Amino acid sequence: MQRILVATRKGLFIYNRASNDAWTIQQRAFVGDPVSMVLHDQRDDTLYAALALGHFGSKLHRSDDQGATWQEIATPAFPAKPSTQAEDDPTPWSVSLIWSLEAGGNTQPGRLWCGTIPGGLFRSDDRGDHWELVGSLWDRPERRTWFGGGFDHAGISSICVDPRDPRIVTLGVSIGGVWRTYDDGATWQTFGKGLRAEYTPAEQAHEFNQQDLHRLVQSPSAPEYFWVQHHNGIFLSTDDCATFKEIDNVAPSSFGFALAVHPKDATTAWFVPAVKDACRVPVDNQFVVNRTTDAGKTFATLRNGLPQTEAYDLVYRHGLACAADARTLALGSTTGNLWWSGDAGDSWQALSFHLPPIACVLFADAANT
Amino acid sequence: MVIVEFTPNLRRHLELASCEVQGKTVRDVLDAVFVRNPRLPSYVLDDQRALRKHVNVFVAGIAVADRVGLRDTVPDGCTVFIVQALSGG
Repeated sequence: MQRILVATRKGLFIYNRASNDAWTIQQRAFVGDPVSMVLHDQRDDTLYAALALGHFGSKLHRSDDQGATWQEIATPAFPAKPSTQAEDDPTPWSVSLIWSLEAGGNTQPGRLWCGTIPGGLFRSDDRGDHWELVGSLWDRPERRTWFGGGFDHAGISSICVDPRDPRIVTLGVSIGGVWRTYDDGATWQTFGKGLRAEYTPAEQAHEFNQQDLHRLVQSPSAPEYFWVQHHNGIFLSTDDCATFKEIDNVAPSSFGFALAVHPKDATTAWFVPAVKDACRVPVDNQFVVNRTTDAGKTFATLRNGLPQTEAYDLVYRHGLACAADARTLALGSTTGNLWWSGDAGDSWQALSFHLPPIACVLFADAANT
Repeated sequence: MVIVEFTPNLRRHLELASCEVQGKTVRDVLDAVFVRNPRLPSYVLDDQRALRKHVNVFVAGIAVADRVGLRDTVPDGCTVFIVQALSGG
């Protein structure tokens, strides 16, 4: 059975798909509390939910029964800030938001990765009972040049566990570029040749650490393909992050946050355009999804079933997802609207017009569906 | 002994009951409470063990002054109240 996990400003809602394609909310959890991220670990069918309790900080919960009950587990936390760094590192060493969660490979039972604001990467090897800051990245001097966009501090927006070898992990940092480890987090390299930042002085436009990775997604079927929804455009790497090529002339806009990649065809991806950074609403107030099926050479603008008048929806970076069947999509906006498509985006149907603002949608179907 | 009380909003997330502990500073008192409630520290303190920005602690009705070091003294017999601040959240 297909499920959609919908993480919102006021709770987590789990939709189940019936045989007649009716979607209904089967589970609800944390009603009233902000849920910033969710994870379905396909290895053991475990669900994880990150809360962003306004007064009381970020928290993590785990469910071993598909969302019926939840248990609070450890929350990633920074170690004590060395007194020698109190003045020359203005970044607070304290988690303000859990922004990304991913499971490790099949050869790494219990392994989870967690990315936070500020830009800390944390690792667990016991299903989240304990977490450890990946100091090899946090201690890199370049990390202090990262900065926030929309938030006060930089954050790790995307964690790509390589399907070829789970010891290879590639990160998208907003704002801090593309980072990769080949040795399970022991050492890190930065990438970004071809990325371009419009929001910096021209001299720094191509600095790797100045790149704002709204979203970075690695193709599961062709792992050398990495799609990027950047702050000022769409980029694609077809050579394993060695170079990135900007996708030009994307109508109605190449600005956006969300990105989904076809699970079996690396040249097919979906985006949700908005006007620009200073005006985060749909172009002409018409809400659309853009789909390319030829690696960005052309885009189809998909409108069927989406509001084409007076629409002001914005989709956050984790608000668009494609299921393993490569046909079913979910789309959730900050207006609290939720849609699904059963035909790869050709047409959309609303599931709700009145959810709380949506941070993340995620399919939790089994890997072989 | 010191009486420690909690905002009902914390009780939404944790099973907490007013309790009596010993301690001469706010840090001492909180540490004593944390022993009884191992999940409580991350709700009250940030990763650097300072008071969270939007959490407040009152000692005998007075907000603590040292929100980082938590070195305010706690007179014997008084009440320590842990609440969420009205700001933020």
